[in-house]
Amino acid sequence: MTAKTELDRRSFLKATLVAGGSLVFGLHLPSKSRAEERFGIAEPAVAAFQPNAFIKIAPDGKVTVTVGQSEMGQGVLTSLPMIVAEDLDVDFANVMYEQAPADKAFANPMMGTMVTGGSSSVKMFFAPLRKASAAAREMLVAAAAQQWGVPAESCRVAKGEVFHPTSRRAAKYGTLLDAASKLTPPAEPKLKDAKDFKIIGKPMKRLDTPAKVNGTGIFAIDVKVPGMLTASILRCPYMGGKVGRVDEAEAKAVKGVRAVVTLGDGVGIVADNYWSAKKGRDALTVEWDKGPNPNLSSDGIYKMFADGANNDKGLVAKKTDDLAGAKSKAAKTVEAVYWSPFLAHATMEPMTFVADVRKDSAEVWGGVQAQMMVAQVVGKTAGVPADKVKVNTTLLGGGFGRRFEMDYVIDGTLLSKAVGKPVKVIWTREDDMQGDQYRPATYNKMSAGLDASGNPVFWHHRVVNDAIMARLGPGFGFELKPDQLDDSAFEGAHNLPYDLGQMQIDWVRKDTGVPVGFWRSVGSSHTAFSTECFVDELAHAAGKDPLAFRLATLAKHPRHAGALKLAAEKAGWGKPLPKGMGRGIAVHESFGSYVAQVAEVSVDNDGHVRVHRVVIACDCGQVVNPDTVAAQMEGGMVYGLTAALYGEITLKDNRVEQRNFYDYKMLRMNEMPKCEVHIVPSNEKHGGVGEPGTPPIAPAVVNAIFAATGKRIRSLPIRPEELKQA
Amino acid sequence: MTRLSVNRKAYEVEADPNTPLLWVIRDDCGLTGTKFGCGVAQCGSCTVHLDGEARRSCVTPLKAAVGKEVTTIEGLSPDSTHALQKAWIEVDVPQCGYCQSGQIMSAVILLKENKKPTDADIDAAMSGIVCRCGTYNRIRDAIKKAAMNGGAK
Repeated sequence: MTAKTELDRRSFLKATLVAGGSLVFGLHLPSKSRAEERFGIAEPAVAAFQPNAFIKIAPDGKVTVTVGQSEMGQGVLTSLPMIVAEDLDVDFANVMYEQAPADKAFANPMMGTMVTGGSSSVKMFFAPLRKASAAAREMLVAAAAQQWGVPAESCRVAKGEVFHPTSRRAAKYGTLLDAASKLTPPAEPKLKDAKDFKIIGKPMKRLDTPAKVNGTGIFAIDVKVPGMLTASILRCPYMGGKVGRVDEAEAKAVKGVRAVVTLGDGVGIVADNYWSAKKGRDALTVEWDKGPNPNLSSDGIYKMFADGANNDKGLVAKKTDDLAGAKSKAAKTVEAVYWSPFLAHATMEPMTFVADVRKDSAEVWGGVQAQMMVAQVVGKTAGVPADKVKVNTTLLGGGFGRRFEMDYVIDGTLLSKAVGKPVKVIWTREDDMQGDQYRPATYNKMSAGLDASGNPVFWHHRVVNDAIMARLGPGFGFELKPDQLDDSAFEGAHNLPYDLGQMQIDWVRKDTGVPVGFWRSVGSSHTAFSTECFVDELAHAAGKDPLAFRLATLAKHPRHAGALKLAAEKAGWGKPLPKGMGRGIAVHESFGSYVAQVAEVSVDNDGHVRVHRVVIACDCGQVVNPDTVAAQMEGGMVYGLTAALYGEITLKDNRVEQRNFYDYKMLRMNEMPKCEVHIVPSNEKHGGVGEPGTPPIAPAVVNAIFAATGKRIRSLPIRPEELKQA
Repeated sequence: MTRLSVNRKAYEVEADPNTPLLWVIRDDCGLTGTKFGCGVAQCGSCTVHLDGEARRSCVTPLKAAVGKEVTTIEGLSPDSTHALQKAWIEVDVPQCGYCQSGQIMSAVILLKENKKPTDADIDAAMSGIVCRCGTYNRIRDAIKKAAMNGGAK
């Protein structure tokens, strides 16, 4: 994500808050700690030291870090506590997390509200958490110094203890809490020197793993509330469609069904348990209004986009002064069309939400990515003030951008309000597949030119797709005007790092009616494919090695070049491979991290692609937990590889055709490539790690297929029929 | 009422005998470690043991479990010390963690039947369980580590 995009999203999100009216979130620190679970101890009776919203130190020296960011697998419940442990100078074995309430004290500084997204958690909380931790440490030191009557500067700290070396005195943090609580937090505490780091930059075991291997980790679907009912919703399958006539008699006759609630776009069955709700739902008869575009289809959208690419002027996202001149002078011109389909998020835990709407307040539980907005949406939906909505964040059974949405939040809230009891709404896999906010399908019309010596002289990329901001805006009183750019539609294309001569990137916005949303790595999920494959084509057209061609045009972008060189070196770029195999390379920057990947593939006679090995090099600036970085890079790659090999949501008659994992395939163990992750040593500012592993894999694999077979794939997913031996 | 034994504890449940075992375990027995992912035996998040064999509980009716012993992730060990749980922690396998009960329960059966599984054995036994976070290589490493450490305890 570029700085400009960050700014745009921040403004957008800020606007949403303003539109939501003035919000007052009292700072209510959570009372119950997960320390109990980890350490087997109850909350101590003596008050803990809470110098700020993030840190709580108990008399036994245990530290609880309150984390506002949501855990969707990216390791934030470990990385943020690591930052605290470092500057507080405590043993990491004495640190545990708890999840924060919806409160502006935990707002993501980039967005001005609580958001786990944009691969921003470490980037945004590194400095504030270090400062909060250093301030707490200085207060504890000052408390000890006061007791001993010595200057604070003469004291040292290590592993949760303050020392006075000259007088050989020592005090554990836990004995200093009362005294420290009476002091004023320093405004500018001294941070630890990076060379003294003992935790940051070292591989640390995740704090949430134990609860994820014995069934005790609580996801939204596991929440139990006294008196709670469970619901399933039969949703209108047509995009933008509505409920017509409902025959609920048979559903009501199902044992355990308590209520049938007609919502605008679906009919909810509320029952004693899930299976009764599901049986009730299956017994419903509903006639649907088929929505505003009853004929919407994938073929139609492709034609609409192709027409837009060829005939619409569109908006200019970036241009240099003389594209036309360069085009006319090029000795060789390469042209291609690249296509990326709509994609579903397919989190393993289908959308689930628990709401308890009362007369003047509400309490909700969910795996959500934007807690303060959830409080607003629940408040507005339930008719209670947002500051009377208590939001409990559970573990997320996968996020990938899907749980930024509010549809399932609204479902639970409406149903609880309707029946006057706590309700857990659980979507089926089919609901999830057919009711997603999809990664936008994208049509790319590309051309580039070379001079007589094979040097690049122009690059022209026209991106055609839906605008995510156009969909998200209206709900928040924000409208994307026809002359406004939505960077998320083409990010990664307009900031292409290569010096390819005269450049122009156009964006043609099309409003198809398909709901589109943030999907892991957003615009980069498709621009890396189109740009890195087309650069590869250009390199081959110039008769140059794809790595050498890239490096030659990256003089001004050393971090891209650094990642490329490291990946190439570790992968043995240029070394011979067994017959039938090919190697492909790609690099892409997103969310401030530079990731290069080399894929080794083979293609069998039936056209099936096997990815044998993926070598990843990433420069994500200063690293907090290298083991998490490796896991995220590998996991992000798998997410992108799954999409490249199988991912495609298609539409027919205004409805999604895919239903479940049998027709929206997932990569499985037997298809998993070997994978290595190499981290470029760096003291640069933090890049994200949750998303940047995803974009480069599709082009790396497609470029490897070209190396292996001479066939160029320009449309995803990769189809065996295109690669079949004649 | 249907009598059911889960993790060596007896339950009497009111659910219809055709109810999928998954929802009986979760809603009637209150054991939520077993997860719902697809409802059609495509993802394996709901894997439990029925008399020592791996079963997709989302498509196994309650009546098929009558008279048999059901084991869920909660019943694998009283204190998370099964060799596979220890290996999972050692390798730091989980990301979001949602599928991991199903992964571990499947791996338990693999190691019970095969003390030293090869990569091909692991592929054959584990490819039915989807991990959307892509932790497959760590799952493979953890299974091998557990096998080295004595496998199924």
